[in-house]
Amino acid sequence: MIEKSYDVVIVGSGAGGGTVASALAPLCRDGVTVLVLEQGARLDDHEFSGREQDMADVLYEDGGGFLTADGTMTLAFGRAYGGSTVVYTGTSLVAPERVIRAWDVPGLDYSDIVRRSRVYAEQNNVHLLAADLLNDNNRLFVQGCAEAGYHAEQFPLNVRGCKGSSLCNLGCPNAAKQGTHRVQLPSAKRQGVEVVTRAAVRRVEDRAVIVEVTPKADGQKGRPSEWAPGTYRIKAKAIVVAGGAVGSPALLLRSGLGLRLPKLGAGFTCHPAHILVGEHPDPITNDVGHPKSFFVDRAAQEGFVLETCMYFPFTTAKNLTGFGPAHSALMRAFPQLQMILVLACDKAVPHNRVTVDREGRPVVRYRFTRATIEAMVRATRASAKIFFAAGAVRVHAPSADPPVIERKDRHRVDELIDTRHFRPGKVSVSAAHLMGGCGMGRSAEDSVTDSWGRVHGLPWLRVADASLFPDSLEINPYLTIMGLADRVAEGLRTEAKTLLGAR
Amino acid sequence: MCQERLGRRARERHAHLAPRPCSPQLTAVPLTRAIEPVPHPVLPPVQRPFRAIALTVVPEAARLSDRGWEELERLVEHRLATQPAKTRRQVRFFIRVLQWLPLLRFGRTFTGLDATRRRRVLQAVGDAPVLLLRRGVWGLRVLVQLGYYAQPHVAAEIGYLADPRGWEARR
Repeated sequence: MIEKSYDVVIVGSGAGGGTVASALAPLCRDGVTVLVLEQGARLDDHEFSGREQDMADVLYEDGGGFLTADGTMTLAFGRAYGGSTVVYTGTSLVAPERVIRAWDVPGLDYSDIVRRSRVYAEQNNVHLLAADLLNDNNRLFVQGCAEAGYHAEQFPLNVRGCKGSSLCNLGCPNAAKQGTHRVQLPSAKRQGVEVVTRAAVRRVEDRAVIVEVTPKADGQKGRPSEWAPGTYRIKAKAIVVAGGAVGSPALLLRSGLGLRLPKLGAGFTCHPAHILVGEHPDPITNDVGHPKSFFVDRAAQEGFVLETCMYFPFTTAKNLTGFGPAHSALMRAFPQLQMILVLACDKAVPHNRVTVDREGRPVVRYRFTRATIEAMVRATRASAKIFFAAGAVRVHAPSADPPVIERKDRHRVDELIDTRHFRPGKVSVSAAHLMGGCGMGRSAEDSVTDSWGRVHGLPWLRVADASLFPDSLEINPYLTIMGLADRVAEGLRTEAKTLLGAR
Repeated sequence: MCQERLGRRARERHAHLAPRPCSPQLTAVPLTRAIEPVPHPVLPPVQRPFRAIALTVVPEAARLSDRGWEELERLVEHRLATQPAKTRRQVRFFIRVLQWLPLLRFGRTFTGLDATRRRRVLQAVGDAPVLLLRRGVWGLRVLVQLGYYAQPHVAAEIGYLADPRGWEARR
């Protein structure tokens, strides 16, 4: 085993790890050594081909099809230099005040989250897309919302020079999306932070991590690792875990911290989502233009959020319920499809949590609560009304049986779409907003960390990602992750003298 | 049915069936991109029922050339290769279950049924009260859809035209 030593080791390079890296980078001037370990690969710009399977295989864990333990939901999360910020759509919203207040984390003030989120929104060039860059898929959503009585809002996006490839979820082929791989990590590297890719952290020990660096296989995308393949033991004065809401709790659990932290892995939420489609009589622009430009926020009132979206052929096929001729007919109508992503604002409940199997691999145990199913059904009904109001001739609704509703039945959507048709294991449910597992709180009895991401009882160990959320955020999470990660970095900077021995 | 790949109890249960040799391993096909070889392919022993299931899930797969089928199966194997051995065994077992289950209702195996009855069987199992059966059908249909719709020529056929150049390519 090769031994190395750094002052700070950051596990993960996404919205959490990338932010901590850039916020700690100024310490490098004072001789502090900072290392970022990323288990995914670093791709060169020309490797973002936009081809669905090629990109999903290299950028997502399990190709984007990571299954929950009972196989009823797939979780999509990134595994690349930049983490999930490489594959999200760049939607940048500040956390809702009511949610942060309801979290009731001592020492976590809403105004602090807002202030930090704004810093990163500015850094990432967050703005509203110009109207001439919006496609029909988005315009029809706005039009349908207006006619059906819903208030559509435009998403602020973190893009620079967006060409409208529509391929955001496969990694922007035009380097337009301002994820940590474009902004925070390059900045950190310029200041002296070291980043090592293809480096999977197997476990955390007392002020050390055990890391497996893997070689690049023939034909694989991405650069080889910066280090030679092998097993490393890296000593560190401080360790920041930012492997995401599945990766972070799993790492700490397989490191044997479950006994001293009984809430480790608990409080997992994920905004379970359906992809709904409405078929229009004529082709629309859907596979060109930014895919996710508008949303409807009904979280506070009805427990759901609707967002425009546009997915790729396999992802679309997978998310339509059923198979055979009816399914094929919808797929053949691809150029006429309008899409809406419905997200349920699920709540942290005891039975939904991250665990590990005997080999230490993450296992996500998740069962849909009655409230979540009802929220998804309400969201599906709302979407069906929006589709029809926008002129769709038929709508695919997973919680209807049969799942296709014709225009002539548009006045019966409340009756046809019903919780009794939401059958886990039959309907496709996916989630990409993974949260919780290392929740913030008061003590080890109710949480894993304090409001600065300090793991209770282990001041050298911090958490800085969406796993900190004690409950669902009820909106796209990445700016909030950056805000919290910035706090974690500030905590480390404040304690640099005592913790790191910095000058 | 590939007799030598069955366990002892299954061999006894199916002793009345004439044994057939296992389907040959998929031959290596030129790839559009290099990927690591799949060390323990799942489909060869259950290739016939798998293709029958695939045709039920995506009827247009009937138009696939031999090369298209090879690509479909390569994509499925590639995905299964990332799964634990237990999952791969479960997939193969479930295909066998679907192959033999219709004997109870129709007196024929899945591959011996016409398209309508095949669809009826898959729908019935996919609607079963037992979660394990529902998710089994869901998983298989997702694998088939992966193998079919992830092929670039299929994407083009259904009119999916996304281009990295975005608006520039369209205007």
